[in-house]
Formats: sequence, structure tokens, C-alpha cells
Amino acid sequence: MKRLLSLLMAVLIVMSVCGCHYQHLSDDEDTEQQTLTIDNPDFYQKFKGKGISINVYNWGEYISDGSDGLLDVNTEFTNLTGINVNYSTYANNEELYAKLKGGGADYDIIIPSDYMIARMIKEGMVQKLNFENIPNYQYIMDSFKGKLYDPKNEYSVPYTWGTVGIIYDNSAIDVPPEEIDWDILWDEKYRDSILMFDNPRDAFAIAEKLLGYSMNTEDPKELKNAAEKLKEQKHLVQSYVMDEVFDKMGAGEAVLAPYYAGDAVTLMDEYDHLSFAIPKSGTNLFFDAICIPTGARQKEAAELYINFMCEPDVAYATTSYIGYSTPNGAAYEMLDDEVKEDGISYLDDEFLDDKTEVFANMSDEANLMMQNLWTDMKSTQEDSGNKWLVPLFLLACVLLSVAIIIKRYLKNKKDIF
Amino acid sequence: MNKKLISSPYIVWTIVFIVVPLAMVAYFAFTDGDGNFTLDYISEVAQYSNIFVRSIWLAAIATVICLVISYPVAFILSTMKKRHQSTMLMIVMLPMWMNFLLRTYAWMTLLGNNGIINSFLHLFGLGPYKMLNTQGAVVLGMVYNYIPYMILPLYSVMVKIDKRLLEAAQDLGCNSKKVLLKVVLPLSLPGVTSGITMVFVPAISTFIISRMLGGGGNLLIGDLIEMQFLGNSYNPNLGAGISLVLMVIVLLIMTIMNQFDSDDQDRVLI
Repeated sequence: MKRLLSLLMAVLIVMSVCGCHYQHLSDDEDTEQQTLTIDNPDFYQKFKGKGISINVYNWGEYISDGSDGLLDVNTEFTNLTGINVNYSTYANNEELYAKLKGGGADYDIIIPSDYMIARMIKEGMVQKLNFENIPNYQYIMDSFKGKLYDPKNEYSVPYTWGTVGIIYDNSAIDVPPEEIDWDILWDEKYRDSILMFDNPRDAFAIAEKLLGYSMNTEDPKELKNAAEKLKEQKHLVQSYVMDEVFDKMGAGEAVLAPYYAGDAVTLMDEYDHLSFAIPKSGTNLFFDAICIPTGARQKEAAELYINFMCEPDVAYATTSYIGYSTPNGAAYEMLDDEVKEDGISYLDDEFLDDKTEVFANMSDEANLMMQNLWTDMKSTQEDSGNKWLVPLFLLACVLLSVAIIIKRYLKNKKDIF
Repeated sequence: MNKKLISSPYIVWTIVFIVVPLAMVAYFAFTDGDGNFTLDYISEVAQYSNIFVRSIWLAAIATVICLVISYPVAFILSTMKKRHQSTMLMIVMLPMWMNFLLRTYAWMTLLGNNGIINSFLHLFGLGPYKMLNTQGAVVLGMVYNYIPYMILPLYSVMVKIDKRLLEAAQDLGCNSKKVLLKVVLPLSLPGVTSGITMVFVPAISTFIISRMLGGGGNLLIGDLIEMQFLGNSYNPNLGAGISLVLMVIVLLIMTIMNQFDSDDQDRVLI
């Protein structure tokens, strides 16, 4: 009987695998498989047959993995160069920083965001690149070079960029998209339907923008005011989330959520009821750029990888898969006009220059202060339950102690007999 | 000699993965970034006292609920036929075959405003009730995730209680209420204390449950510690300080608990 059952299970598993496979094949039929063309394949042959591998540490879901008929970037790289890629992912900049700072991490490629790059440069955690090994840097558009985080373009090669905007449920919000501004996140009407960033930097940036401060302010008074602003918002916020935005907005749990444009593109592809607006008063412009950490073992192979990521075909696959905008001019040219002109991924230069601000690295003191204000904001309770919690807890402790004393007393008495 | 040899893998394990890390936590808690002795981080913990109180409070509620639910279950289990016992035990363990995160994630879909429960209530014209992102949801998550840790020690103690004792008590004139209070309860106390320990300790230090079900607005100690490492400012010293204070509090509460456990020889699991 048992044997029969396991046989049945095995058949089922095999069948389901076949089913998936079949489905996959039929998927491929209607989307054309992208092919990789490289102008100068000889350039990549240096390490062929040497059995070298590099460790790549990237954001989750942040590289084209071969689905949707796009390139499988890491496999193509291995096929071309013979260098193995050990690929692992992190969820946020701070996790990356903690891992590198704590030591014991051995990465050749990392892709942090702007402010984190500035911080790592300052602390000597990333090293200068040898651009002779990265000829494809020529494809990077000039408007994405020399930004605040790496003013001399020595340490990083831009990978993607994007802006922060508001994802909203177009069935619940009747404000025209060009009228939407940050203050909608403070609107009593949408109480309990607002999601908010669960990281202090992005959340403070919104409050600071609303108050008319710089997003990089280090003035304690301004930071405090921004924290007050966030506290005001707290009773309206349903929850503080990061990637849960996908589920919650998709399922219609919430109607407003500030998030990154690239993820909004992915979400809107999937759900018709969602739209995206970039607040008219301006927003944060962010970059994720490829760096090589200090102490990387395979610097030259890593530079080869960076060069490969800048190949127009590869950059095109990347931007098409993850939805974030590309700084690669040649890849940009390959995009459909529909994408170029949707007003989400690619904005006109005027808006980018006048209305957006890039995060800079803040001083340790300012970071610490922001962290403390954030903790304070998050831990204040909206209901008044706070008042009787402490006395009750104390009472419980006292009762316990009394019970113990009585118990001991009784026990001792018993021992006498 | 032989005994020592057999236990040496575990001793090495304990030293490398428990004693040394604990010493490092203590070291970080009492030093600043440059390695100089300081008490600043420990005293800084005071400003988070409301988070500590909330964590202890929620963990305590969850523990009590677990105990109230588990006690009858464990008793019924222990009186069943052997054959049925193992089946029932398997059912208790069944949720634990799934990943902890997935289980908690499932509650998000159940409790949401458009979730399964609210959709069901909607059929009768009720709701929607706000269930997700509340403290109640956090407690629910704790109870759901940790209840097997309460049932198992209770069961393992109760199953060892000699059934003849219960019969003897009945023969001597106890009604069933008295049997429970005078015989079963005292004999099962070791299971109660170890069950409480095994639920309370993970509940007080959880961070993922409060993040997923509490909506991020109900910070617990676990979240606070996590923020020191993965938050805006990297501050392992304060993180270690908070962890140390938490450990001391847990130790204190456990010592108080163990005072009730009068017969030291019958202790199980701890």
C-alpha cells in the first residue's frame, strides 16, 4: 500500500514538472527569445579556463534571470568568460552595510544606492575602479555621471535609477494624477488605507519635502519637525512596509503607498486598478550603482562583470526585467517608445534637474538622530493603553513575589512536621 | 572519561556557538565603538522602557492564552489510547512542518480588510473589522506559532502521571474537580513551567511577527534590536546593550517562575 502511494506521488510530481515545462515552452512561443550580441567578444576571454569565480551581492529580484524571453545575465556571462558567478541577494542597503562592516563577507561586486555609496567611499569600504577594463562605460549617459554620491566617477558605475512616487488605487482616488502631491498621504479621508515606507531615510525625505526642507538636512530642529510630521501621520497609516507593498496594494488592502517607480511599473503591469503619480512638488531621485568592495579577491574579473552589465543588450534585459530605468544610452534607445514616454520611468530633464533631489551621505550624528526619532515615532502608541500598562506590570510582579513568599512560608511549615 | 568523550561534541558546540557569542554580546554592550569601557548604552536602554513593557505585556498575554488552551488539550491527549495519541501529536506538530514565515504570512491574507475572514463576514453584512496591524493580531501570531511548544512539555509530563493515582484519589473521595486540582495540577507543574519558558522567551524576542501582523507601528524589543543593526545607523553596541537587558529580564522572570516549581527533581526540558 505504502509503495503504491509513493509511486503515485512520484508519478504526480513528474507529471507536474512536465506540465510546468510544457507551459514554459508555450510561453516562449509568443515572446521572442532575446539574443546577446557583443561587439568585442575577445575582450572577455582573459580568464577563460582558469576556473575563477566571483561573488556578486545584489538586491533581490534585481537582475534578469532568463524569464520572459530575456537574457539570463549570469549564465550568459559564465558562458562568455568562463568565470563562475556566485549570486546572492540582500533586502536593503543597511543589510549590505552591516554585512560588509561586520567582516567575514567576501564579495567582488555590490550594488548599493547613492547615499550608501557615499558612505562607503567615506569609510574606505569600496575601491577605485580601473576604467580601462570597463570600456562600455561610454554607454552611460552623461547626465548620470558626476552625481553627488561619487562626484569624480571613480568608484561606481550606475546600474539603474528611479524616482519615488505614489502608487494609488485609481478606483478609490479621484484626484487627477498631475494634482497628486505628498500631502495626500496626510489626508484624513484615507485613514487606515495608507502604507508608508518602513525605513527612516525614505520616510523622512517625504516629510522633509512636505515641510520644504532639503532631503539631506542635518539640522536637528528640521529633523525634529519632520519626525513630528510623521507622528501626525501615524494614526492614518495602516502599516509601515517595504516589499509588502506588492501584496497589499495588489490585493486592494490599501489605496495609497509611496514607493519606487520601477516597482510601480511591475505592479501596474499586473493590476489594472493601480496607477502611479510623481508628486508635483518634486521627489527623490535615486541611483543604484555597481561597486567593488575593498578587499575583493577578483578585482579584474569583477571589472569584466561590470563591463558586461553595461553591454547594451544586457542593460536592456536588466531594465526590461526589473522595471527600473536605465542610465545606459544604448539600452535606452532599444526601448519601446511606449516605455520612454509613459512619464513614470523616464522623466523630462527639466523636472529631473529642478524638482528632484539625490540623497547624500549624512553625518553619523544626523543618522543616529534620525534613527532615534524614527524609533520614537514608531514606538509611540496611538491608543491610550500606555498609561495603565506600567502599573499593571508592576502589580503583576508584586503579586508574583507575594505568591512566592507565601509558597515558601507554607513549604517551610510543612518541613517542620 | 567515556561520558566526557561522548558529550564533547555538544560541549564544543555550546562553547563556540553559545558561550562565546554571549561573551561578545556582553563585551559590545559595555564598550563603545573604540573598545573603551562605557555604561552609556545600558543606560540608553531606559528610554525604550515603553517598548520593553509592551513586549513583556504582549508576550505574557500570549503565554497565558497558550496555557489556557493547551492545558486541557494536553490532558485529553494524555488520557487517550496510545495509538490515537501519536496521531493527535502529529496533528499538533503539523503546522510546524511549514516555514514559520509562510505561516505568519498566511495570517496576513486571513486577517486583512479584504481578507478571507472579513470577506466571509461581509456575506452576512458584517464588518469589515480592522484585525490586521493591531496588537491583537500580534498576540494571535504569537499564540499560533508557539502553542506547540506549550502543548508538548505539558503532554510529556502528564503522560507520565500514574493513572492509578487518579483512581486512588477518586477512591478516597475526591470528585473530578478535586482530582484535577489536588493531583493532576501539582504533578503537571514542571510541564507548566517549562511550557511557559518555551513560549514566553521566543514570544518576547520575536520581531518578524510584530512586523508582519503589527504593521510596523507596534515596535517590540526584537524590532528595536534589529533596527540597531539594519536600521539607519549601524549601532551594534546599543543593539548588544538592549539584548543584554532583555536577557537579564528574561532570566529574572524565569527565576521567579521556577520558584513555583517546588520539586526540583521532576524538572523536564530545562
